[in-house]
Amino acid sequence: MTASLLEAQQLSKSFPGVRALKGVSLRLGASEVLAVIGENGAGKSTLMKILAGVQQPDSGQLRFEGQVVHLRNVQDAQQRGIALIHQELNLADNLDVAANIYLGRERRRFGLIDTAHLCRDASRHLQAVGLDVNPSTRVSTLSIGQQQLVEIAKALSVQAKVLIMDEPTSSLSSTESENLFRVIRDLRSRGVSIVYISHRLGEVKALADRVTVLRDGENAGELDRHEIRHDSMVRMMVGRDLSQFYAHQPHPPGDSALEVSQLRTSAHPKQELSFQVRAGEIVGVAGLVGAGRTEMLETVFGVRPARGGSIRVAGQLLRPQSPLDAIQAGLALVPEDRKKQGVILQMAVRDNISLASLRRDQHSGFLNRQREQELSSEMIQSLQIKTPNPDQFAQFLSGGNQQKVVLGKWLALRPKVLLLDEPTRGIDVGAKQEIYRLMEKLSRDGVAILFVSSELEEILGLSDRTIVMHEGRITGELARPELSEEAVLHLATNTQAIATT
Amino acid sequence: MRKVLGISALLLVVCVITAIASPNFLSGYNLENLVRRTALFGIISIGVAFVIVTGGIDLSIGSVVCLVGCGLPWLLATHGWSIPGAVAFVAVLSLAIGLFHGLLITKLKLPPFVVTLCGLLLYRGIARGFTNDQTVGFGAEFKTLRLLATGKIGIPFIPGFSIPAPWIFLIVVAIVAAVFLNRTIYGRYLLALGRNEEAARYSGINTDRMVILAYIISSALAGLGGLLFVLDVNSAQPVDFGNFYELYAIAAAVLGGCSLRGGEGTIVGVIVGAALMQVLRNMITLVTNRNNIEFAIIGAVILLGVIADELVKRFAARRRALAQGG
Repeated sequence: MTASLLEAQQLSKSFPGVRALKGVSLRLGASEVLAVIGENGAGKSTLMKILAGVQQPDSGQLRFEGQVVHLRNVQDAQQRGIALIHQELNLADNLDVAANIYLGRERRRFGLIDTAHLCRDASRHLQAVGLDVNPSTRVSTLSIGQQQLVEIAKALSVQAKVLIMDEPTSSLSSTESENLFRVIRDLRSRGVSIVYISHRLGEVKALADRVTVLRDGENAGELDRHEIRHDSMVRMMVGRDLSQFYAHQPHPPGDSALEVSQLRTSAHPKQELSFQVRAGEIVGVAGLVGAGRTEMLETVFGVRPARGGSIRVAGQLLRPQSPLDAIQAGLALVPEDRKKQGVILQMAVRDNISLASLRRDQHSGFLNRQREQELSSEMIQSLQIKTPNPDQFAQFLSGGNQQKVVLGKWLALRPKVLLLDEPTRGIDVGAKQEIYRLMEKLSRDGVAILFVSSELEEILGLSDRTIVMHEGRITGELARPELSEEAVLHLATNTQAIATT
Repeated sequence: MRKVLGISALLLVVCVITAIASPNFLSGYNLENLVRRTALFGIISIGVAFVIVTGGIDLSIGSVVCLVGCGLPWLLATHGWSIPGAVAFVAVLSLAIGLFHGLLITKLKLPPFVVTLCGLLLYRGIARGFTNDQTVGFGAEFKTLRLLATGKIGIPFIPGFSIPAPWIFLIVVAIVAAVFLNRTIYGRYLLALGRNEEAARYSGINTDRMVILAYIISSALAGLGGLLFVLDVNSAQPVDFGNFYELYAIAAAVLGGCSLRGGEGTIVGVIVGAALMQVLRNMITLVTNRNNIEFAIIGAVILLGVIADELVKRFAARRRALAQGG
């Protein structure tokens, strides 16, 4: 371990109603890749924002190159050599690459921007990150992976010594991710230190020199290079063993509930998807972001039109033109983006729960308010939704309870097939476990469950069978005995699993 | 509900101030006129409220009022159409305009602002075209038909004041609208999609159809308003008949608690908002006797109302945050 370049000591930070950090410490050496991992809500983002000067700690201190520093804002941090690369990129995509790299720091000649000079300088930094594009290319024409490299080039242009990367691969394809890893390793060899935040433990294993684990706003532990293993990371993040976390008990499935054959989606019209889910079965869908998993669920649910193929629900042919058709056939979808597609934030919990069943319970067009009241009380009770009363707006509930409201909306319809898209994204550990138990219970009651997840542990822990997708294609199906992280990754990348080497 | 109470209190204050400043305010004639105008503007305001609830906007209302207001006397007096024929024609025309707007907004995904702004130019232009910019009116004819707007229903024991006929239309429209919005599943669908159209669609709601319906309601009530307005004043000048009425209607809806972000609004509030607009105009005429500053005063009052609402909302949010944080 080299001397510390950046050190955080006993940082605490509170927001109204939440103590995000409770005395967290962190140490980053020179030329080191430090991964920071933890469940959602563990305090990773807050810690990163403090390190990058976006927010100031309530107590505790930062040392940079041995000196105690107070980072007043992002510019202050940048001038010292600490740059943050956000999960959502912060580029002005209507401008060209050079303009973005030097935004706010344009070199001027006679009061005008010296474009030639700017482009020359920019191309030097682009070379350093291995991005082979003309500096006068508009950013909007670049892929997400390329835009990310522009961000890194921008950070390098301010002579960053520390790069903080928040979930950089969350929207990259596998080849783009590989390229990013190469750039990160290259930067490290040139003396840049990197704080790398990720949910993807495979990446962490592949990249990190050291891992710091956060849990509930506190340090949960640290792992050195040789201690970095999947199970050790999970144990520290969750605070207990995986086997306790997922209580999956396979049971014999019933008849076919959902049968999809040769389905072609608008996202990948050349690929045909065929699979089956039986009543009482939990089928996981694994794959990298962009593999076409969400598009597959949305096509089955009628959100986007099918380009061909057939869907059968309990033997009946379904040609969904809209979600309503799918709902009437007995399908339900808990969508990926909870706040945009799932709950209606400024609407009462009760009205959210009843929304999909209003049509069924109507009295010739009029609302059946008594039924609404009964349904919502029933769901609040059975799903243990924490809300002061059914009239509360959904926006005041925690993410986990909002997700339960969405589930309640669908369970009120008693669906035959439940489609779940990243059902536990952005919710805390306790609520996750409740959702897992609920999935178990529903499958025992004979509901067929098809769930997409990017968290491999979830797929491994919950599914009876796993479908793996890669670039719009189903590359394999794994029954429970064959199911392993390596097998899933192998199929998901459609190569020898890179992330585990 | 809090908003409706606030705006009602404001209405009361403005009424009291005006009554003190001008004795004419409480005269039977003035009150009757005020109620008549409120009823007419209330009808078109309820129409636009449906569009605002979906998160949209309808700028074409004044021009639809003009098109119907000029079209009706033009068909009846100039071209000798029968009353049922002419009324049916303007009714179908209004519905068709709403359908046209709704289709462009949902199927072609054009922004409501642009679609209805073009409507604003288009329908007035058409009315000016077929009338050749000449005033059209009923003259001394169609007295019976005009009773729909000019008629009164006397109230026993209150001499000098009787209920103007348009008030009956307003009450019927308001009751149907309130029941539709609050008691039917379709009203709930409108409120839901106004707050989050995507989530509503994922819940199995045919959002396109509901949005189209809202634009049809808006244009239909604008058409009804245009018919009553022209029957009330007897003649219409295509250049300025119904000018700015969309803004009066939108202002009334916003004052009455409709959020321009969508998903929020009550029919009672909209009617109180429309009444407030008319009392303000009345106050300006009676108290200052200077109609030229009308827009300045109305603009200032609406702005103050919206600022007060925002401040109250923030105060409530801060209190809630403190209560949860403690």
